[in-house]
This record gives sequence, structure tokens and C-alpha cells, in this order.
Amino acid sequence: MNVLAIDTSNQILGVAVVKNGETAGELITNIKKNHSVRLMPAIAQLMKETGVTPSDLDRIVVAKGPGSYTGVRIGLTTAKSMGWALNIPVIGVSSLEVLAYQGMYFNGSICPFFDARRGLVYTGLYDQDMKLLKDETNMLMAEWLEELKEREEPILFLSQDVELHREAIEEILGDQAIIPPQACHAPRPSALALAGENKEAESLHGLVPNYLRLVEAEAKWLEQQEKK
Amino acid sequence: MTKDNYILAIETSCDETAAAIVKNGRELAANVVASQIESHKRFGGVVPEIASRHHIEQITITLEETLSQAGMVIDDIDAIAVTEGPGLVGALLVGVNTAKALAFAKNKPLVGVHHIAGHIYANRLEKEFEFPLLSLVVSGGHTELILMKEHGSFEVIGETRDDAAGEAYDKVARTLKLPYPGGPHIDKLAQEGDETIDFPRAWLEEGSYDFSFSGLKSAVINKLHNAKQKGDTLEDKNVAASFQASVVDVLSTKTYQAAKEHQVKQVIVAGGVAANQGLRKALADKFEGEEIELLIPPLKLCTDNAAMIAAAGAVAYQQGHRAGWDLNANPSLSLERYASRSIKHR
Ligand SMILES: [Zn+2]
Repeated sequence: MNVLAIDTSNQILGVAVVKNGETAGELITNIKKNHSVRLMPAIAQLMKETGVTPSDLDRIVVAKGPGSYTGVRIGLTTAKSMGWALNIPVIGVSSLEVLAYQGMYFNGSICPFFDARRGLVYTGLYDQDMKLLKDETNMLMAEWLEELKEREEPILFLSQDVELHREAIEEILGDQAIIPPQACHAPRPSALALAGENKEAESLHGLVPNYLRLVEAEAKWLEQQEKK
Repeated sequence: MTKDNYILAIETSCDETAAAIVKNGRELAANVVASQIESHKRFGGVVPEIASRHHIEQITITLEETLSQAGMVIDDIDAIAVTEGPGLVGALLVGVNTAKALAFAKNKPLVGVHHIAGHIYANRLEKEFEFPLLSLVVSGGHTELILMKEHGSFEVIGETRDDAAGEAYDKVARTLKLPYPGGPHIDKLAQEGDETIDFPRAWLEEGSYDFSFSGLKSAVINKLHNAKQKGDTLEDKNVAASFQASVVDVLSTKTYQAAKEHQVKQVIVAGGVAANQGLRKALADKFEGEEIELLIPPLKLCTDNAAMIAAAGAVAYQQGHRAGWDLNANPSLSLERYASRSIKHR
């Protein structure tokens, strides 16, 4: 089975080609540059080097967010359209789950998160087997840390944005918090491929980003409707 | 004899998710438009993030419907064309990345298309072009006079210095408390009213084909405001008729003058405002008895659609224009830059 994995949901651009369970190639950049311009050249290059043509693909796995709305859409649009044209399944995997894979053998719970500004984070909680212990959510980091404290178990924090929240994490959780070195915080497209390899495909048309947030105009509108 | 070619095009520059297939640049094989207008109505305008979210939900469904309408499979397609700009960046990105993915997956040539070039080429689905031709492009974001001496060449000889005509329509409609989108409502009201108010016409300097609608827009708003303060009642239908008379007078007069000066064979009206009855009538009157042929596309080809992108894309494709895998959405792509680029690729 040949799998193409695509992640453009946050600053990292990641593409992997996995042949029969083995990572044949992986491309990762962590730079502030336009995913829309760079994604397709990256896919074309990696597929060429690994000797896999589009018609050789059996499935596509894509990180479906949360993350940058635009970034998530670039990856998901590309995956959906390729999958549709090739008539192969496309599997959407949570971007938080992909990141959680970086802590796969951690003895405790794994907390991946992305900064969502104004003190908010997109986050969730996973166990060693990548089972979701707490539904993914968009909440205040301060509240989330209090909730984690009550679990009284070691928590591994994984995030490209970890420095923004290090002080708060260490202050509230103390020794309960484990923050690994920088290199561990980058989600890997090979892990994405692994995560999606055995997941059942949903309907391709129905595959949409996992925004975890309403559009602001919509939220305001709903608020006004409630007041009426 | 050259082989038939089929272009599959995608258009997502604003709030319509559209795909179409056109044969040999002139024959419609399929044309699908998924409108989002109902979603945006409650906000009184297009919310860009909502538009982008709808596009990604609709895109593969729209493509599938397009192929089935044409009775084709994607392997039958010769090239993929897509609107690369101008438009809402997040919305454009869905179309551009879809097109790149299809072209890559199926190893097809990829062609980027300027949205306004598309609006102009919508007319070629009805009638073959004869050059030189002049196109009046009027929409929510555009008011331009474009001279074409040959396929793929676009010379902007006049453009708005402030608001687009469609923008002025929307603002006046809002002041009159008409529902969104306001343009068609003003047009309808105007048909019922009379030109009782003499609103200004911005002719600008002698010989200029540029436009300006912000003064007119302010004049209408002031007139309504003053009437309200004095306790006068102005009939909305007469305000609409007077406003529309001013817009249409300037548009049709300048178009006529430019057409005469450049001795064009055809005048083409393009863009969403081409659906306006007042404008259609004024232009028909101006060009009556002239040797210049006036072309106005049928309503379904005036508003945003992908058939027009396929029609323009077919010409770019035949001229050898190809986009690379790094094709990006360009929200402020200029028509002249686009044109010079496609000539260069010949
Ligand atoms: Zn348009």
C-alpha cells in the first residue's frame, strides 16, 4: 500500500510517502512561508524521488486541523481533490493527534496544543495508545492547566508554541509537567501516515476541516439571535 | 483538422463555488454553480471566512456534478483552468489548490485565468469575437473599459477612480434599506419609478474614459438625509430611478465614445452588473443603427461562473500558457500584468 501524507495545518509543512508501512521519504520545513505556493512542488518532488506516481497511490492522509484556517484548507483541498481525481480514500486525522504521536512511549498523558491567541489554545489529551482522553477543544490555557492538575499524573506537553506557555505550565503543574527539548515538538508527516493507515475512510465529500471554532461573524450573529 | 479540446475550469473567487467544462473554447458541455448567497444574506455581505468554508465543503461535489452533467470522466479533459485572481484570497486558494491537485493527479496541463478575462470571454460562448473589440466590465468590484486587439490581449483604457459601479449600487441599496444583494433590487425599483431628481454625472476630464461613482453615492445619501430632516418624503422608486439614470448615462455614453474612437467591431458587456435591465436598455439605445455589434451575455453567464473561466482558459491554453505547481492565489492580480504574461508565453 502506498500512502501520501500531507500536513499544512500549522507553520510546519510536512509531506511523507509511505510504501508498505515503510517511510520512503519525508519532507518537513518549519519556516514562515506560503503553503499554497510550496505544497504541490513539495509533493511532486518527494513523489518523484521515491518513485511513486499519483496512480500508484492507495490512500491519502491529511491533517485536518485544528490550526491556521487557511493552512488547513490548503492541505485538505489538495488531499480531497487528489483523492477524488484518483478515486482513492482520503483520511483526515486531527492535527493534535499527529503531534501526540511525538510522545508515543510516554508514561502518562500526552497534551498536544496549538496557541490560538488571547490566552486560548486548541488542545486535547491522549494516552500512550493515542486514545483520546479528553475531547479536543478550544479553551483558555489557564483553565485547561487547572483541569490537568487534578489528574495527578505526569503530563507531556507538545507544541511548537510551548515557549509562549512554559511559564504558566511550570507555575501551575510544577513537576507534574514534562516539556521535552525543542526537536520533539514538530509533528511528523510519517506519523500522520501511520495514524491514518488503519483509520476507516469517511465520505470524501464530507471531509471538512476541524476548525474547533465558529467564524466570528457567525458567533456574534448567533449571540444576537439568542437575545431576541 | 485540429482535435477537439475540453477545458475543465474552477472558479471560487467570491461566494460561488463553480465548475464547468467547455469544448473548443466556445461550447458549453457543463456548467455548475453552487451559490452561497443564503449563508451570507444575514450578514448583509460576503463574510470571507464563511465563503472559504463553504468552498471546501462544496468543491468535490461541484466537480462531480460537472463531469456527470457533461457525461465525461476526468481522463477526457485536456487541461484544467482556474481563477487565480482577483478576488478573496481565502476563497481563491480553495480553487487554485483544487486545480493544482487535479492537474497533478491526472498529469494535465494547468492554466491560470484572470477573473475579468473570464467575464469578457463569457460572451464567446454565445458569439465569436471580432477584433478590435471593446468590453465594458461592471461588477461589485470592477468598472473598466477594456480594449482587445486580439485574443489574450487586454488594454485597460478606462477604470474607476474610486468605487466600482456595483459598490455604489450596494451602498445606495443599503441606505434605501433594500435586502442584500442590493443591485437587482434597485434595478427593479428603478423600472417602476421616474427620474425626478437630477443627480450629478461624473464625466471627469475631456476625453477620459475613467469613472467615478463616489460623488454620486454621496449625493444620493445626502439627498435622502436632507429630505428626512425636512420631513419631506422621497419615493424610493424615484430615488432608485434617478440614481440608476446617472450611472447608466455615464457608463453608456463613455462606452459609446470609446467604441467610436477605437473603431471597434464589437462591444461586449461583462460582469454581474451586465444583468442590469437599465444598463442593457441604455446601451441598446446608444448602439441602435450603428455598425458596431453589441453583445450582452445571457443572465446566467453574467454572474460569476466557471464556464467563463473555461472559455478564457481555452484561449490561454491554445496560446501555450501554462502554470507551474507553485501557482498561487493572487487577490489583486491586474489584468494588464496577466495579459502581458500570457503574451510572453506564446
Ligand atoms: Zn465576477
